[in-house]
Amino acid sequence: MTAAPAAVLAAHEVGYAYRGGRPVLEEVSVSVTPGRGLALVGESGAGKTTLLRLLLGLARPASGRVLFDGAELNPRDRAFRRAVQPVFQDPYSSLDPRRRAGRIVSEPLRSLGLLAPGSRAARREEAAERVAEALRSVGLPADAARRYPHEFSGGQRQRVAIARAIVSGPRVLLADEPVSALDVTTRVRVVELLGGLAETHGVTVVVVSHDLAVVAALCADTAVIERGRVVEQGRTADVLGAPSHPYTRRLLDSVPRLSRAARLGPP
Amino acid sequence: MRGRLTFAAGCALVGLVLAVALVSLVWLPYDPADTTGGRLAPPGGAHLLGTDKLGRDLLTQLMAGARTALIAGIGSVLVGGLLGVTGGLLAGFATRWLDDALSAALDIVIAFPTLLLAMLVAAAREASLGSVVLAIGLGMSAIVARLTRVLVKRVLAQDYITAARTSGTSWPRIVAEHVLPNIWPMLLVNLALQLGLAVLAEAALSYLGLGPPPPNASWGRLLQEAQATVLTAPTGAIAPGVLLVVLVVGTNLVADGLRDLADPTRRRSR
Amino acid sequence: MSALAVTGLSIRHADGRELVHDLSLALAPGERLGLIGESGSGKSLTALAVMGLLPAGMAAHGSVLLGGTQVIGTPDRRLNRVRGRAAAVVFQEPLTAMDPLMRVGRQLAGPIRRRRGLRGARLRAAVLSALAEVRLPDRAAVAYPHELSGGQRQRAAIAMALACEPELLIADEPTTALDVTVQAEILALLDGLVTGRGMALLFISHDLAVIAEVADRVVVLKDGSMVESGRTRDIVREPRHAYTRSLVDSAWALEGELDRLAP
Repeated sequence: MTAAPAAVLAAHEVGYAYRGGRPVLEEVSVSVTPGRGLALVGESGAGKTTLLRLLLGLARPASGRVLFDGAELNPRDRAFRRAVQPVFQDPYSSLDPRRRAGRIVSEPLRSLGLLAPGSRAARREEAAERVAEALRSVGLPADAARRYPHEFSGGQRQRVAIARAIVSGPRVLLADEPVSALDVTTRVRVVELLGGLAETHGVTVVVVSHDLAVVAALCADTAVIERGRVVEQGRTADVLGAPSHPYTRRLLDSVPRLSRAARLGPP
Repeated sequence: MRGRLTFAAGCALVGLVLAVALVSLVWLPYDPADTTGGRLAPPGGAHLLGTDKLGRDLLTQLMAGARTALIAGIGSVLVGGLLGVTGGLLAGFATRWLDDALSAALDIVIAFPTLLLAMLVAAAREASLGSVVLAIGLGMSAIVARLTRVLVKRVLAQDYITAARTSGTSWPRIVAEHVLPNIWPMLLVNLALQLGLAVLAEAALSYLGLGPPPPNASWGRLLQEAQATVLTAPTGAIAPGVLLVVLVVGTNLVADGLRDLADPTRRRSR
Repeated sequence: MSALAVTGLSIRHADGRELVHDLSLALAPGERLGLIGESGSGKSLTALAVMGLLPAGMAAHGSVLLGGTQVIGTPDRRLNRVRGRAAAVVFQEPLTAMDPLMRVGRQLAGPIRRRRGLRGARLRAAVLSALAEVRLPDRAAVAYPHELSGGQRQRAAIAMALACEPELLIADEPTTALDVTVQAEILALLDGLVTGRGMALLFISHDLAVIAEVADRVVVLKDGSMVESGRTRDIVREPRHAYTRSLVDSAWALEGELDRLAP
């Protein structure tokens, strides 16, 4: 590989173990190339959520290194926090129930000091504007800012959470099973939204998922993780189109698909 | 709305006792120490509710007792709340051994009966209203701390805390903006309940002779003193009992009402 | 006689809300029916109402004939004789269906003894063969529920449901909490068991592709009402109701790219 674009975020041979437990990650290397969505695929207990926590700087690897823009990741670095934002699985747990959506979405702006210095009123106005813009990008009306989380449906909550993640203008979104808690019809729309944001906002989406359909729709690259190790990685088209590892093949065969459903018979 | 109604009813009952206590500060029918009324005078005439077996005016004793009950209740909640919430926050944020140590300490304090604690405090210091408040407050603080710890742990496990961390929000701000707003309604409800319990505890201590000594008036001691003559002069036992019930039911209603009012999922924002 | 006949079933909450409205469906012996709907559609409540297990504060009206017994309005004590034989349920979370403090083998032995009157060595043998039928090894008999993996627990729950040899198996999102590879195994297992025993199957799911894997007919629920029913292949190929169409379109849209990359 020559002249590959530099990775924004990369794990280099990382290992991790919870206190007194077996290692959950062993010598895992993945890298996030700008513009190429990356999928971390695997089943429960594979270690993919732990890997995401390392990439988010919420935990330190026991061995190996996590790199942001080529340098060792520093979780206190505001540039890093601004550039890498998470989206969670459960939209009921990811929004503070006692704050209005506007405050929730503007939190990164205030905490990261992204508002232009000026009077309190001017800053508040700027925040409101940028919140409205973020809400618009995720397909929510501007008056959503005044509502509390419980006044939204599950899909709308996930949109609020995505608005919070993009308001700081990040380069990478790390999404942990972002649609698995949603109904099917909502799921399609949130997948479309994430795909659209990748194009319009230039963010690279990293998706942790067990759902290969979501992966195929959103990510150019795929890493398959089984019991803490990457067993296969490469372009999604190659990994899913011509899987070389038996585990990948088994995963692929297990996905329930209408196109293969037993009870539908030949068209 | 049910919550608002309950809250209003509770406030009315507590307000009634509070008003009595406030009036007692500026006006009492007799001096609380005045024993010239004759023993066990029946209600009516110069003594609206009669006198007790020491010849003191019962209404005066009840009004002054309201003061003691409220000071004991509110004072204990201040002591218990301050110590408890601080300790609970510490334990909630602590990891591993510190959390374990704090939890063990709380269990030990909770296992201690409030009465025993009160006797120890009274023995260490002198018997006074302050000692009673301190004893009840200490006992309460452990219970409040344990609740606070659980509430904090529950909030810290939520994804919105992780989101705040990845947004670069500092820990002090996370506490102020996310943790406290999400635990205070439950805490407030609990403290209101504890206030009722503290009033009862003061009455119980006084009944047992461990409460604030005279000249402090106390409903609990009035009950104890009226016990022997409950058949011949029932007012002496009934009146302090009714007031106790009014105050305790009032605080419980306030707590119930708060629970409903403080929950944003139960109110519409327009 | 049908395994299950539901006519005009409505489920109402104590506060007056109607959660299921005028639902009718029937299952002949050996037939497989899918019940599909999104969260809040009332599909799980329907399963509970069929078994007479609605939570307190909810009431069912209409008629539910389970193996010829009217479930609605019949006292619990009498229903207990019907439950298990006429129908058994497998839930999404098998842990809730099991006693956490009892070894799997003993939990399984209870219903087998009651149903078949076996004791001693023959009962033990029957327990082991029931475990083997769901592809669990002998040592699962001495394990506590929490010592099993999610997939193994669901197998054990299926074995318990089958112990009473029910005419109808109700599976309420039985694979939703499981990993995809485990889901595929459990679906294959259920498929084989239902065919082998000639049981009727009521399969409840939010996932059209899963339903299409196991059910010949399907009932589409939305907000407590049936919007469409028919043969699964007809519904997937030519949905008539707008809601069904949006379900089918979403399912196709989601797997579209996967179908393109890995046909």
